[in-house]
Amino acid sequence: MKPIRRRFPWAFLGKRLVYGALAMLAIAIINFFLLKLAPGDAAEALAGQAGTADPEYIAQLRAQFGLDQPLLSQLWAFLTRLATLDLGYSHVFNERVSTLILSRLPATLMLMGAAILIAVIGGIVFGVTAARYANRWPDRAISFVALLLYGTPPYWIGLMMILIFAVWLGWTPTSGMENVLAFHTGWDRVVDIAHHLILPALAQSIFYLAIYIRLVRAGMLEVLSLDFIRVARAKGISERRLAYRHALRNAVLPLVTVVGTNIGNFLGGAVLTETVFSWPGVGRLMFDAMFQRDLNLLLSILVLSSLFVIVANLIVDLLYAIINPTVELK
Amino acid sequence: MTKKIQHPPLAMSRRALLMASGAGLAASVLPFGPLSAQPAGTLAMCVTPEPNAMCSAFNTASPVTVVSGKMLEGLLNYDFDVSPIPALATAWEVAEDGLSITFTLRDGVTWHDGEPFTSADVQYTIMEILKVHHPRGRSTLASVTAVETPDPLTAIFRLSQPAPALMYALAGWESPMLPKHVYEGTDVLQNPANNAPVGTGPFVFQTWERGSHIVMAANPNYWGEGEPKLERLVIRIITDPSARAAALDAGELHLAGDGPIPVNQVQRFIDSPDFQVETRGTEMNNSLDMIHTNMRNEHLAKLEVRQALMYAMNRDLMLDVVYYGLAEILDSPIPETLPNFHTSDVPQYDYDPDRANALLDEAGYERDADGMRFGLRLIAPTVGDTYERMGQFLKQNFRDIGIDLELISADIPTFIRSVFGEYDYDLTLYPGSVTADPTIGSQRFWWSEAASPGTPFVNSTGYASEEMDAVLEAAAVEPDPEARRELFVRFQQIAMTDLPILPVARPIYVTIAAANVENFVPGPDGIRAPYGSLAFTG
Repeated sequence: MKPIRRRFPWAFLGKRLVYGALAMLAIAIINFFLLKLAPGDAAEALAGQAGTADPEYIAQLRAQFGLDQPLLSQLWAFLTRLATLDLGYSHVFNERVSTLILSRLPATLMLMGAAILIAVIGGIVFGVTAARYANRWPDRAISFVALLLYGTPPYWIGLMMILIFAVWLGWTPTSGMENVLAFHTGWDRVVDIAHHLILPALAQSIFYLAIYIRLVRAGMLEVLSLDFIRVARAKGISERRLAYRHALRNAVLPLVTVVGTNIGNFLGGAVLTETVFSWPGVGRLMFDAMFQRDLNLLLSILVLSSLFVIVANLIVDLLYAIINPTVELK
Repeated sequence: MTKKIQHPPLAMSRRALLMASGAGLAASVLPFGPLSAQPAGTLAMCVTPEPNAMCSAFNTASPVTVVSGKMLEGLLNYDFDVSPIPALATAWEVAEDGLSITFTLRDGVTWHDGEPFTSADVQYTIMEILKVHHPRGRSTLASVTAVETPDPLTAIFRLSQPAPALMYALAGWESPMLPKHVYEGTDVLQNPANNAPVGTGPFVFQTWERGSHIVMAANPNYWGEGEPKLERLVIRIITDPSARAAALDAGELHLAGDGPIPVNQVQRFIDSPDFQVETRGTEMNNSLDMIHTNMRNEHLAKLEVRQALMYAMNRDLMLDVVYYGLAEILDSPIPETLPNFHTSDVPQYDYDPDRANALLDEAGYERDADGMRFGLRLIAPTVGDTYERMGQFLKQNFRDIGIDLELISADIPTFIRSVFGEYDYDLTLYPGSVTADPTIGSQRFWWSEAASPGTPFVNSTGYASEEMDAVLEAAAVEPDPEARRELFVRFQQIAMTDLPILPVARPIYVTIAAANVENFVPGPDGIRAPYGSLAFTG
């Protein structure tokens, strides 16, 4: 068979980037108005936290935050800041918005990356195993546990994991990203952070793990019944090699699609996981920004998140072509 | 919960390790007495939610005051009777006519950057910072017209009228003194020192990892004898109450205050030998749960209806069911924790649903087919789960007298906009602080002139009484303590007669510490204290 040769899909990439930019603009504008619908503004929220404040103080805050400007000029100011990549200063958090987000981004990416990795690898291993032993006890056990995990709220799972693994067994820390009393540096710090990462990453991955197991199992069962597998088996290829080498490659495409669409969900799920485990990521920053009505910060996070999701989906689409060369990018 | 806290704390063992590895060296460089005189140990406490800044001169949100108060100090501290004691000022004298206060400042105090602390800093902080930018400062310091500085260690406040409440607002966490040389000539609101304070306090700012923790180190030049006792203080941000309880259990957290864990878990900590639970430390704050009515509502405009609501509340049962015993029932709007002002000589409203029903019958409210007379909405902010339980409880109590209560819970900005901006509510329940002085904390809820649409936590009820206004205005400027007490007694009597606001309870916010921590509630400001004396025992 002649190998399929193709050039790099520049046209595809260009089209997708233009669509992505338009989507981000729409997201920025729609969210701006959506968030403006929420009652109360940052000045009131800040004055409310302070316990007491007089009307002049609130007026002074509003002027300082630019909230006394007309709605459309606030939107225009936000869009021009976005276009010039200058996200401005958060008066609520007393810090530059870019500094705020960039300082919290690594924590969230680390958590997300670990959770996706656990969900994908776990999904493949357990899914393939379940398919190989279809309707026998390993399959029944895996499917039952997957169903259980699918139906349990992640928030509750997180708290239970803290109780069991951190408080009762003492295997992991209860919360936080590092041992703040130890002042580790270098490799000690890396190990320490990895140790802290275990529970939150597991908690966040569990729901998706359950979905991926079922997805891979179904895909595998379908592929395993195809003729080329029968031929391969007749040629005497081992069952393990058959499953992972021949069948999986074909069965995994739906998984890649779902992971791609789930990336946004992982980002959203980070809010809960980061709250339960006091993980210093963007999810909690977003949550705090919402409750303090720091609209500029919140919008900046939302737009950056959408950028992230768009880019991630683009990468997934490019991955298709690598996993299955018969897929054509248009 | 079988795992016990492991002590000594980590940093202690680190220190021990260092000492062991260099024992000979240590012995030769430290010939002057035992090591215990040196600051030792790293203590982890937590605040919630995460502070937005490190300096409480511009933002007095609760977590900011906790953090700020360790690094920045005020002119005064307070003892458990809420009487002033020396801090940066060693002596003070209020003039006979109440129109000036002379502070003698502590000698030899330096800022964390080495510059001397002088009366010029006091003058600058009061006049240029607190009077202009402090959320409460504009009103508490309203009568201060000038601060004179005859010499570097004397600051004289000149007042346009006597301001007896002022003496209760000078703690470090409330009115911190800031270094003039750092702030003068800068954009003070965006000064980097707001996130990395230069103060005179026992702890020096080191790092702030947003979302995770704040590290402070002992101030080697602190004026307090033998203080601070800790080498480092780490303030962790742990967002979930159950996670805070778990962190305490696991020994990752040594101290947490302001009611840090779910109330139904507090008893477990009280019973545990590994922890100490302290109920004092809120005497400077005195946060009260009160139901503020909206007297613009046609039903609530009637006194009989407000009295009926008061009689309908079974507050003894509420104490157990809603607060798990961690509260005191209020019989007036000034709690017993302020003995200089509190009185019980006011109209009392013990649980009496028959009386409540009779009052509503008299007022002409017939029950309909469902046994209901009319409906009311109760809006509460989503802070903790206490208000949710309270709403359910009140719904039952009020149903007994034929009032159908609809519960609304809203996040804080929504709550503020509805209650204080648009007056779109019937009843509202939220914590409001009396602070250490009713002129600062109470007046705003009852004084007709405090009402101002859009301003949170002031008179929202629409209540306006000439007699009440006159009493509050007189109390604000009465220099004689006895005469002032009489005015506040009168205030409580009018309040409990007119009932624009229904006092419910004073929740007790506990402070929890590991068994080997001492001086964690050294004064009436609880975890807001400077913590120079905070230490590990043994």
